Amino acid sequence: MLRINNLHVSIDGKEILKGLNLEIGAGELHAIMGPNGSGKSTLGYVMAGREGYDITEGSIEFEGKDLNDMEPEDRAAAGLFLAFQYPVEIPGVNNAYFLRSALNAQKKARGEEEVDSMTFLKTVRESLGQLKMDDTLLKRAVNEGFSGGEKKRNEIVQMAILQPKLAVLDETDSGLDIDALKLVAEGINRLRNPERSFMVITHYQRLLEHLTPDHVHVLSGGRIIESGGKELAERLEREGYSYLQAEAAEA
Amino acid sequence: MSQTTEQVQEYIQQRYKAGFYTDIDEDRVPAGLNEEIIAMISAKKNEPEWLLEWRLKAFQQWKKMVGPNWAHLKLPPIDFQKIHYYAAPKQENRPKSLDEVDPKLLETFDKLGVPLHERERLAGVAVDAVFDSVSVGTTFQKELKEAGVIFCSFSEAVQEYPDLVREYLGSVVPHTDNYFAALNSAVFTDGSFVYIPKDTRCPMELSTYFRINARDTGQFERTLIVAEPGSHVSYLEGCTAPMRDENQLHAAVVELVAKERAHIKYSTVQNWYPGDENGKGGIYNFVTKRGDCREDDSRITWTQVETGSAITWKYPSCILRGDRSSGEFYSVALTRNYQQADTGTKMIHLGKNTTSKIIAKGISAGHSNNSYRGLVRMAPRAESARNYTQCDSLLIGKQCGAHTFPYIESFNPTAKVEHEATTSRIGEDQLFYCRSRGLGEEDAVALIVDGFCKEVFKELPMEFAVEAKALLEISLEGAVG
Ligand SMILES: Nc1ncnc2c1ncn2[C@@H]1O[C@H](COP(=O)(O)OP(=O)(O)O)[C@@H](O)[C@H]1O
Ligand SMILES: [Mg+2]
Repeated sequence: MLRINNLHVSIDGKEILKGLNLEIGAGELHAIMGPNGSGKSTLGYVMAGREGYDITEGSIEFEGKDLNDMEPEDRAAAGLFLAFQYPVEIPGVNNAYFLRSALNAQKKARGEEEVDSMTFLKTVRESLGQLKMDDTLLKRAVNEGFSGGEKKRNEIVQMAILQPKLAVLDETDSGLDIDALKLVAEGINRLRNPERSFMVITHYQRLLEHLTPDHVHVLSGGRIIESGGKELAERLEREGYSYLQAEAAEA
Repeated sequence: MSQTTEQVQEYIQQRYKAGFYTDIDEDRVPAGLNEEIIAMISAKKNEPEWLLEWRLKAFQQWKKMVGPNWAHLKLPPIDFQKIHYYAAPKQENRPKSLDEVDPKLLETFDKLGVPLHERERLAGVAVDAVFDSVSVGTTFQKELKEAGVIFCSFSEAVQEYPDLVREYLGSVVPHTDNYFAALNSAVFTDGSFVYIPKDTRCPMELSTYFRINARDTGQFERTLIVAEPGSHVSYLEGCTAPMRDENQLHAAVVELVAKERAHIKYSTVQNWYPGDENGKGGIYNFVTKRGDCREDDSRITWTQVETGSAITWKYPSCILRGDRSSGEFYSVALTRNYQQADTGTKMIHLGKNTTSKIIAKGISAGHSNNSYRGLVRMAPRAESARNYTQCDSLLIGKQCGAHTFPYIESFNPTAKVEHEATTSRIGEDQLFYCRSRGLGEEDAVALIVDGFCKEVFKELPMEFAVEAKALLEISLEGAVG
């Protein structure tokens, strides 16, 4: 599904990712943990194709295609989804209209038939209900005036509608209370299947308790410095990142 | 890769779909501006003596005036003697009905999306179609007459309702008002006239489509709308012109009179040819639009979507004379390439408890310049008057400019004026967010711009909101990247 090979990424000439390797197979859920500023969001952005994030070395392959050759919208149509750490507000643009336009743009790019508004509304309402979000959010502008938690849940609604092959969730759990966290975890679990993969970026063990990751990686200083199973997350929760960073420094 | 001129032409055509020219024999007066020419125009229109005198007075006045000198518009000198002030398709007799109109003209309006013949005309919208200096026809006249509403060309009004015209002409915009209003008063050719009787709700939308076709001409139309007490009318105007390398002048005057409790809603979708990507050609659009809330509780709403013209100079205004009268101004002005727009409004509060609201959205792309200029004046008598102004500018790219010039004059301590202004560049983060969801770059820009203009679009009648949206999308093609 995803193969990241010796990835080096610079922003404004400053190297942020420094030789990152990662492979995610179909149906797997990988957690990425790591201290602030270690490059987790950078990884998400570079995968989604944000301008200014230059790959200076290495590659990201998604289903055998080099992502670096693709525009952000083409990556989305190919099945890549990024839930933003800070979802963006778009004043005046109706949330439902935005999501339907996005879905139909993707379908069109894949040569599939577009969805009509009735079918669309039905599925969105269902997703909103599952995340205990109010229907009125559909009529409001995209993320405008949404609470922090609503914004995060709105990302999960978008993911549920767009049905990506690989979803990168960047700290979707940050700022959520326990109940909302559960809803988000359920939203992710509902979508899990043998074909769909997840990269879940998080600081906390508590989301992972609900998700049972197949692999946990620690990103620090622009590299994956440790990988393991879910017991790694538990250890990090107890001991913090410092012991790993000390080990890495020695190595 | 090199493209043939034809391909390039075709591409530009797609951008400005109304850029074609109709080859038709025209009757025109010689180029030049003098008393003889004015008398010729008046004679062609078979006008009464008083109207010719009024024109000549305006001309005397105009000769004494100097053209405006605006800080934020670069305006090359205009040679007024080179313009033909009257050009009209040749015809033996004035057509008495739309069936007698030259098929070429009907075809032109068809192509512009404003079919005039009975079978295809837009339901619920009566249209007056003005081609260069004359109106070629007005739809639904009979139906409107049954409701007591008068909707006809200005020339027809002068013949059929001279007393009404005489009573109201120049009563809102005097012939001495400003340089271009004086010029218009001297040489105006056609336009629309609307009269809504007491307590009447006009049963359909009224609309005028202005088309400039002939070379070396200008369009100098005049529109007059009178709404008697308790009446309501929604009026729209649209306009286009062929693509040419030379600039053409459009100097119109619009006067609105709203009596007690009357409401006039006046909407404009302005799409004059804007010139090419190097700033060559395009219409100079110098327009005086003013509404008089003459009596208590009257209301005037201006809504405009301005995408065309090389230069736009236009400030639809409200004089809030009656107590509790209210004025609104909703505007979207988009400039790209080398377009310049200096537009805004004036809200003159004279009566007690008068209210006004201004929502102005400026979008600039390319090398264009977009200015909002607005005046809010609270006169000494304007007890407890209120104004709210919001001006937002959106910049696309790095070479364009946006400026806001709010003028506030308050002579009454109980009056309240609120002003908010924002300027933002189209957000890279917004664009990326949209694209990461699968929207192409141009669709993303259109979506963001559409959201930015939302408050204004919702004031437009439905069909026109759709048209305005499409127009913005076409205008924005290739504006980013
Ligand atoms: N636009 C930018 N310009 C310069 N440096 C940046 C930019 N964005 C992020 N960085 C830097 O890159 C590093 C990694 O940031 P980020 O990927 O957001 O980390 P994380 O998500 O792990 O907290 C930080 O040192 C941050 O300051
Ligand atoms: Mg981050």
